[in-house]
Amino acid sequence: MMINFVKNFIRNAFKDLFSKRKDLKIGIYGPPNGGKTTLANRICMDWLGEEMGSVSNIEHETREIQIKEKITVKKGNNELAFSLVDTPGIATKIDYEDFMKKGMTEVEAKQRAKEATRGVIDSIKWLDNMNIVIVVLDSTKDPYSQVNITIIGNLAARDIPVLLVANKIDLKKSKINSIKAAFPQYDIVGISAKKGTNVEEFYEKLFVIAG
Amino acid sequence: MGLTLQFVPYVEIETLSSLGRIRKLLNVVKEEKIVLLEGRLTKDEEAELIKTTMEEINSDFKGIELAVIYPEGQNNDLFKKVKQQFINMLLGDRQGLTILGPASVVKEIKKDPNKIQLFTTDPKSKRKSRSKEPCPTNA
Repeated sequence: MMINFVKNFIRNAFKDLFSKRKDLKIGIYGPPNGGKTTLANRICMDWLGEEMGSVSNIEHETREIQIKEKITVKKGNNELAFSLVDTPGIATKIDYEDFMKKGMTEVEAKQRAKEATRGVIDSIKWLDNMNIVIVVLDSTKDPYSQVNITIIGNLAARDIPVLLVANKIDLKKSKINSIKAAFPQYDIVGISAKKGTNVEEFYEKLFVIAG
Repeated sequence: MGLTLQFVPYVEIETLSSLGRIRKLLNVVKEEKIVLLEGRLTKDEEAELIKTTMEEINSDFKGIELAVIYPEGQNNDLFKKVKQQFINMLLGDRQGLTILGPASVVKEIKKDPNKIQLFTTDPKSKRKSRSKEPCPTNA
């Protein structure tokens, strides 16, 4: 047992040492429709000149893990190179009838629900592969949802550095202070991924988190 | 149809494996009952609960609503925190309350540090069925 512990310790130490330098993975996590893919698109457009995925007002538009490799963010003389992993939104319930209310046929809605459930499972499975996670919360919504607390709690338990983003600050209903009150232990950056508001501060904080 | 709340004391899950705990809770939820669990699951178990829920979603089972009331944010005394962690290590995490219900019955659980509101699905009107104050901190 002791030998296994030592083996694991050495393996993890080396994995951390090399993986963080050579293949830094930054995951984007959060509940559905918080603006994860919009932020991923913003980052990819800013530094690669191409988008990552499609966005929609209907929940669970992203139902598969999407990865963009070799993104390099530059700030003064500093560079941060990483792979960006956009994940499906994490939810505790998925009802195909909700998709039908948005105009889908029953067949389409059931298919979307099936793919969405797989997406949630994949998102959770991928948590252990991340070096840094950007948690994107919709600042117009109640921050105390258990999904938010479970995601952030799991990242803390795994010692994964977290950048908490309050998205959609351009909207009138945005309440960034309620997110700050809900997660006082985190430095929160308010942005509008769609309009690009405050994105510079977001990149600055990303550099700080990445060390 | 009436609303059934089933209280699950911590002693009923403390000897179970993580999988066993999740299975027990989901089995009750699938009977269209709302579970009031004494204490809470670990963070890993919460994530596993979501994963297992997703694996089992179908036309009849639409998922769960989940909320945990935990008094950790109200306790800033380091000594009390250490003492509580020690007690948790010995006796398990009995503090707080976990509320878990089927999405077909529970439409939404709203939570803030001072109260929890559980909204049930009602075809005629959305009614607030329960409002509960958080457990006091005894540490």
